[in-house]
Amino acid sequence: MSYEFDNHAPIYLQLIELFNQKIVNGSWTAGDRVASVRELALEFGVNPNTVQRALAEMEREGMMYTERTSGRFITQDQQLISDTRQQLAEEKIDQFINQMQGLGLGRDELKQLIDRKWGKNNGADRNQ
Amino acid sequence: MALIEISNLNKSYGSKLVLNDLSLNLEAGRIVGLLGPNGCGKSTLLKILAGLISAYDGAVLLDGHKPDIHTRAIVSYLPERTYLSGWMRPVDAFDYFGDFYGDFDRVKAEDMLRFFNLDQKQQIKTMSKGMKEKLQLILVMARRARVYLLDEPMGGVDPAARSAILDAVLKNYQDDALMVLATHLIYDVEKIFDEAVLLGFGQLVMQGETDQLRQQYGKSIDEIFREVFRCSVSW
Repeated sequence: MSYEFDNHAPIYLQLIELFNQKIVNGSWTAGDRVASVRELALEFGVNPNTVQRALAEMEREGMMYTERTSGRFITQDQQLISDTRQQLAEEKIDQFINQMQGLGLGRDELKQLIDRKWGKNNGADRNQ
Repeated sequence: MALIEISNLNKSYGSKLVLNDLSLNLEAGRIVGLLGPNGCGKSTLLKILAGLISAYDGAVLLDGHKPDIHTRAIVSYLPERTYLSGWMRPVDAFDYFGDFYGDFDRVKAEDMLRFFNLDQKQQIKTMSKGMKEKLQLILVMARRARVYLLDEPMGGVDPAARSAILDAVLKNYQDDALMVLATHLIYDVEKIFDEAVLLGFGQLVMQGETDQLRQQYGKSIDEIFREVFRCSVSW
């Protein structure tokens, strides 16, 4: 078990966020078959019914679909994937901005700090 | 009909009331955390369900039947204390269980033994506490039962062994079975429960789906437990 869940929040919601992350960053490929509930429950060390609930919710949101005979698949709707990516990023940035404002940082100071840190934490992007 | 139906269950030891008018239904296909402080009646309840205690008042039904010698065929019970003899080795315990229970899956038991890195020829009396708990768990999980009752399956083991035991429970759990896991070590285990039952003074204090409780209280099951039982340090 490599993933740590926060016991204070519903685990199915954390699973949805985690699975969505995997889809938007490409580690789960669009159109691929999703692992079985049992495999996912084992991989993430959580209850199978909790996994089932997360997957059902993702199906409702269109991020996955079920084919009656062959199982559950990741959406091939690139627009939806990119919208979800945008939405996840905005949520994280909102949280981040709140935290930075809590530290009393202004916009310009924060932008400078990000530019300086970006190169250190992500070598490939140093010259961008 | 729920797989386990308990209504107005009372049990006392002498003048001490251990289960006090307890009513509770548990459905198949779930992993239920039976949570409560020491002495709240968890073990007594599991023993009644396992058919080991028959003197009680109230109604207890397992798949529609009173717990007795017959329901033991569908119930796999892990007691708090070991009942295995010290001279036995895992291979002897497997023989014993294979003779006793028609649903004992020896191949599965041997798989789990390898998963836990246990030696099938090592005598139980030379095993550490953690090794014994793993062996007990193997014996219980290798049966194809409909109800699994686990009483403190990771009571005295270190966190690494605890994770291994949790993995084994998840790996070997069958979707259509009911698993009731009694524990007071909630934090490490709560993510495998879909339902929590809080027991205090032999009564039902709270029952609900774990994610729903987390959403409702904004707290972990462990914290909800601590809050509910905070005023009862003397237990």
